[in-house]
Amino acid sequence: MSNIKRAFDHGKAFIPFITCGDPSLEITEQLVYAAVEAGADLIELGIPFSDPTAEGPVIQAANVRALAGGVTTDHIFDMVTRIRKKTDIPLVFMTYANVVFSYHMGGKNPAEKAGKDTGGTEAFVKKAAKIGMDGLILPDVPFEEKDEFDGVCRKYGLDFISLIAPTSHERIAKIAKEAQGFVYCVSSMGVTGMRKEITSDVGSMVKLVKAAKDIPCAVGFGISAPEQAKAMAAVSDGAIVGSAIVKLCGQYGENCVPYVKEYIRTMKEAL
Amino acid sequence: MGTGRFGIHGGQYIPETLMNAVLELEEAYNHYKNDSAFQQELTQLLNDYAGRPSRLYYARRMTEDLGGAKIYLKREDLNHTGAHKINNVLGQVLLAKKMGKTRVIAETGAGQHGVATATAAALMGMECEVFMGEEDTKRQALNVYRMRLLGAQVHAVSSGTGTLKDAVSETMREWTNRVEDTHYVLGSCMGPHPFPTIVRDFQAVISKEIKEQILEQEGRLPDAVLACVGGGSNAIGAFYHFIEDCNVRLIGCEAAGRGVNTAETAATIATGRLGIFHGMKSYFCQDEYGQIAPVYSISAGLDYPGIGPEHADLYDKGRAEYVAVTDDEAVDAFEYLSRMEGVIPAIESAHAVAYARKLAPTMGKDQIIVINLSGRGDKDCAAIARYRGEDLHE
Repeated sequence: MSNIKRAFDHGKAFIPFITCGDPSLEITEQLVYAAVEAGADLIELGIPFSDPTAEGPVIQAANVRALAGGVTTDHIFDMVTRIRKKTDIPLVFMTYANVVFSYHMGGKNPAEKAGKDTGGTEAFVKKAAKIGMDGLILPDVPFEEKDEFDGVCRKYGLDFISLIAPTSHERIAKIAKEAQGFVYCVSSMGVTGMRKEITSDVGSMVKLVKAAKDIPCAVGFGISAPEQAKAMAAVSDGAIVGSAIVKLCGQYGENCVPYVKEYIRTMKEAL
Repeated sequence: MGTGRFGIHGGQYIPETLMNAVLELEEAYNHYKNDSAFQQELTQLLNDYAGRPSRLYYARRMTEDLGGAKIYLKREDLNHTGAHKINNVLGQVLLAKKMGKTRVIAETGAGQHGVATATAAALMGMECEVFMGEEDTKRQALNVYRMRLLGAQVHAVSSGTGTLKDAVSETMREWTNRVEDTHYVLGSCMGPHPFPTIVRDFQAVISKEIKEQILEQEGRLPDAVLACVGGGSNAIGAFYHFIEDCNVRLIGCEAAGRGVNTAETAATIATGRLGIFHGMKSYFCQDEYGQIAPVYSISAGLDYPGIGPEHADLYDKGRAEYVAVTDDEAVDAFEYLSRMEGVIPAIESAHAVAYARKLAPTMGKDQIIVINLSGRGDKDCAAIARYRGEDLHE
């Protein structure tokens, strides 16, 4: 059983997302410990990307701040190594395909010019597994392109997380059958961000997943208020919150830790 | 590995939310590309509305001045809306209409693709929204007005570097927001499958005509075909029907900006590396951690950190060559063609003209170069005047 399954052992799971390096990696590290104390069941660590096409304005801005601060993938790996000495909470990376594929590929690689489809995926995944990460989420890698990432993840014991969306319909069964860890149910159309109302029939999406495979389902995109989290968790196995937390980090900067901790406690209690 | 590959390049690296939309588009395109009524309707639009076929013009003064190969200009600048972009847009908007879509969205760099999309949307009665980098709305203010005049809503994109790549990202985000009634009219031979194939097919009319016209005028194929390359749609259109003709050199001219040894460049083949971005695997300007580089070129239309996947594959196979042309060389060529032939080229197309000035003198007088003159340069006059130190604003 992967470490991720443990996240769903204590009732409905609360899954916070944090953009690594916003405002600094020292604060990110403290946020992880605070989230554990406040009752988080799994933490998504966002590796910033220059052009995050699935993110709304709040997380886009956090990516810009983190990269402007000089954060790199290797700095984040070092931070996780420190974190793993203190907590065994399930951790997954959320980033974009190019951050993984291009890891440590500086300079021209002669193999690429010979037409070989190599890249840095194996180096990234091997390192992530070694430092104790449990999974990987890439929102720009759909079912059709997942093999080049999923295969490597399986080799090193990382769960490659699949996403389903309100437009997935008949695709849900085949996605669920090959899913690992948990299924990330995208609650709404569009990009990440806080929404007043979630109108999609998330309950039906979850039922289609469960009919295909017995795997936990967590719902994300658009959740910010405790009652929304409660409603989403009621029809699934957990709620994922990103923008609302990242907004607090942007608002309070170096002083954000107690605010985020209190927010996570409130959200977990609401589930 | 998914479908829609050119060698190792291409694919469909997009959010799950968009997958059914691109699958639906692929299915519709495969149906209509073999539908004679659709093709007839499109041909009629291209001929009667856009003014095709465009002329293949023998540039006598330029040829004599350079003293080498005979130079022909494929006059895509004479199309309605002033660039090759209309070829693809008429095809895609007609396709969207047949698919029952009522709204089109598009990204634009220099504004030519946005103007073309707004034009086709007006013609076919569709709602239209265009996303343009904030920096580019300033560089190309007149095109912003044109789009509004044509009934489109223009959104200035301030995220990232406020240029073409950010406009593409923002249009993709908007598409995930509203996909049911909306078609994304992608402007170049890039993005997720099936866009690189659709755009190439709609632009391939350029090389089809060049081939017929040069055979009629010279009785033989050209020795080289030159085109500027950002994403690469005018180039792939000009190359496509010559790919099998191995004696025809295919040369893409990238924007080197201030030089390929500086950070201020947009030459992807010269300075980029294999990566995954904007829905495709291809070559991209990026750092060692895969962060996309903030590229630069004087030309808003070539100011993009990647290249279409079919070009990446033509490069891998050694079938096409890619050369880098600096801002200075392009501006010189902009002025050169204006004075030599009375043709003001788009600053994008001027990159191809610049390389022809180097190449032609090295070739024999019995040899032939075709330059794809992808657009006209009226839109660039104020910016080039400022580049030359004149205080001219639109």
